[in-house]
Amino acid sequence: MDTPLETPFAITLHTGTSLDNKTGSWRTERPIYVDRMPPCNQACPAGENIQQWLYHAEEGKYEQAWRQLMQDNPLPAVMGRICYHPCETECNRGQLDDSVGINSVERFLGDQAIKHGWGIPVTTSASGKRVLVVGSGPSGLSAAYHLACLGHSVTIREAGSMAGGMMRFGIPQYRLPRHVLDAEIHRIVDMGVKLELNTKVSEIPQTMKADGFDAVFLAVGAQIGKRAFIPAGDSANILDAVALLHSMEGEEPPQLGRRVAVYGGGNTAMDAARTARRLGATEAVVVYRRTRERMPAHDVEVEEALEEGVKMKWLSTITEASGDKLRIEKMELDATGFPQPTGEFEELAADSLILALGQDVDFSLLEGIDDLVIENGSVRVGPNMMASGTGVFAGGDMAPGERTATVAVGHGKKAAKCIDAWLRGVEVEAAPKHDVADFSMLNTWYYCDAPKTVRPQLDMVRRQSTFDEVVGGLDESNALFEARRCMSCGNCFECDNCYGVCPDNAVIKLGPGKRFAFDYDYCKGCGICAQECPAAAIMMVPETI
Amino acid sequence: MSVQTIKFYQTGSFVVGNRLLEPGQRSVQSDPERSNALTSGHRACQGCGEALGARYAIDAAMRATAGNMIAVNATGCLEVFSTMSPETSWQIPWVHSLFGNAASVATGVAAALKAKGRTDIRVVAQGGDGGTVDIGFGCLSGMFERDDDVLYICYDNQGYMNTGVQRSSATPPAARTATTDVVGPEPGNVFGQGKSGPLIAMAHGIKYVATATVADLRDLEYKVERAMSFRGARYIHILVPCPLGWGSASRDTIQMARLAKETGIFPVFEAEGGQVVNVAKIRSKVPVEAYLSKQRRYAHLFGRSPRPDVVAHLQEMADDNIRKFGLVDNVAEEAY
Repeated sequence: MDTPLETPFAITLHTGTSLDNKTGSWRTERPIYVDRMPPCNQACPAGENIQQWLYHAEEGKYEQAWRQLMQDNPLPAVMGRICYHPCETECNRGQLDDSVGINSVERFLGDQAIKHGWGIPVTTSASGKRVLVVGSGPSGLSAAYHLACLGHSVTIREAGSMAGGMMRFGIPQYRLPRHVLDAEIHRIVDMGVKLELNTKVSEIPQTMKADGFDAVFLAVGAQIGKRAFIPAGDSANILDAVALLHSMEGEEPPQLGRRVAVYGGGNTAMDAARTARRLGATEAVVVYRRTRERMPAHDVEVEEALEEGVKMKWLSTITEASGDKLRIEKMELDATGFPQPTGEFEELAADSLILALGQDVDFSLLEGIDDLVIENGSVRVGPNMMASGTGVFAGGDMAPGERTATVAVGHGKKAAKCIDAWLRGVEVEAAPKHDVADFSMLNTWYYCDAPKTVRPQLDMVRRQSTFDEVVGGLDESNALFEARRCMSCGNCFECDNCYGVCPDNAVIKLGPGKRFAFDYDYCKGCGICAQECPAAAIMMVPETI
Repeated sequence: MSVQTIKFYQTGSFVVGNRLLEPGQRSVQSDPERSNALTSGHRACQGCGEALGARYAIDAAMRATAGNMIAVNATGCLEVFSTMSPETSWQIPWVHSLFGNAASVATGVAAALKAKGRTDIRVVAQGGDGGTVDIGFGCLSGMFERDDDVLYICYDNQGYMNTGVQRSSATPPAARTATTDVVGPEPGNVFGQGKSGPLIAMAHGIKYVATATVADLRDLEYKVERAMSFRGARYIHILVPCPLGWGSASRDTIQMARLAKETGIFPVFEAEGGQVVNVAKIRSKVPVEAYLSKQRRYAHLFGRSPRPDVVAHLQEMADDNIRKFGLVDNVAEEAY
């Protein structure tokens, strides 16, 4: 029997239906579905499609979300902990109430993958090409992973005894537990990437020839702590931050004493000061020549350091170190924001001084490579990350760019794509860039206010997750809630609004996951669908006659 | 709460559907198999609020009655644009007689169905504000006082739009129409005239009276469904913005309805037996300028010789609605 809706009790006027009247001819503008660039995606140095993986996470499909994430970043559990999440800074939701906790959801997904042992199968057929990756830090691992996915045979050579680079020897354990790092490195090794530890590469051209590598990706990072000339007495205890953080991995930590001064204003200075506190220093003072606003350290790190009792001394330079005190000269900023000496001095009691003045790249392994240029302390690379025409590419802290792990992961991905193209003798096709989905384009009426009971809870979890690994990250319900705070800027998330609000039934619902289509036979071009689309995924364009 | 509140699923209760919802939580309009009682090809203007409101309401009524219903239509935009002979846009049995007698015809249809023992078939009468609160008012009042088993739906676009935008008794004060021109010290429609269809319906003590707008689909669908759960006379008054008569952009139809509610200009409530039982609270209160300034029928209140006094008067009326109907939750207001 037919359903009642299909056979009304009386008549339907099938002959002479208004469907014969194609009102689409009235239109001067037509709506089209678009995918715009969400600001989070645009901000991500690793080029993650954040909106898309949150879309899967919103449905509770965590594995699918993780696999989407893994297309761009092979280290989600690590990045979910140490990334400075520029995505959250740019998140449009921040203008509505509070940014989506993208980083904490990323960490949740990364941890789920480790917990469930999810892996990435290599589905591309082997290319027969061999690529050497020098260094096993974030950019090296990222490049190795992407090259393996593309079917190449990859060998990583690491000078140190453990893989991970600055993620292991630069980032303290309270920010990144080592079992998490190990798990994510193992997953890459499990894909068939050869990892050779304690193997320092010194002569690139010879190594390539001798071991039959078709291309090489250099990612040795910047590991040499910069020194500053500070007149110091014999008894002064001066060491550099890189060495201090490195020594935290299994070696005997140095004796820092009760009062520790850290010289510098970057993230490494914060890490060194916080590490000093954990090593028992009752006083850890960061000495920086400019002001807090001009500090290169990320705000989160400065905040956390302050909350842990680290003290800051702004507008100060160290002119002399001796025994247990430092001579400090006060500075003031000139019109251009550059610190100038004032001639005023003071003393600061300190048992040791840690220099965190930035890091330099060890260029010694680059000798013998033709047409490789070093400028401003970095290796010059072309738009395809190539440092030399002989198949030598470089990325991470060696190459120009902000020196963060996430930028390094992005370099690794980009280099892998370019190496792949170079090996295959093709050009990299640049994906078309979409317009950014700006906050003003959204129809934010439709987004729920996050219930008051849940938001403080989340705030607490977020805070704990960045503070103290013992407490852990989001649980499933929190993660789901957080993912669902995503406004899906610029991309359809199938809310059915366009389908519902059309006065002319000119929107066709194509079914779950398939989005919608316009029926231009009847669409009059009123624009309600575009206006009421929460996510700005519909655009009105003029009709051509 | 009158409507089922959707908990935090990215967009909650405000959008038409949402892929994250269970089928049972979805609106009629999100259903790919919805009846589309008013189908494509009708001749309503671009962005017509009435075409939208009529489909929302009749689709919901069809779901509530499993398709066993008949609609009686007054003369007006809805009738003209949907049944240009020899075509019809209606996917249901549909009767049109005169401008002013829709309520009486509906009474007759209900009586005939009763006589034939077919009370399973439900009757809905519908018309614009002109056919309802002006021309058809006597018939409507009679239908109410006899408590005939009809749901009467008024699509209120605040004037006679298809004949050239003339004033009705639902046209708001200060609005420009062809018959309330922008001249003299009190330009546009005068203050102190007009009437409220829903409040007069309530005074008849009928079982169910509700107001709604095209900006809140779930609320509208709920009210139609609720109305169909009663026997006897029922009345729903739906605000349907008219881009032509209001001088608003066709894309802003839903936005206009939303602002009418959020300013307090159009109170959204439901009443049973003459008593208000529920009001839709204002979610984020906005001043009336936000609503008025987007419509050319109020253009004379702004621009080169603005009339802040008239705007203030309209604001007072909105504030009065807010007080009278309790549209703003004081507790919630303090919390924010």
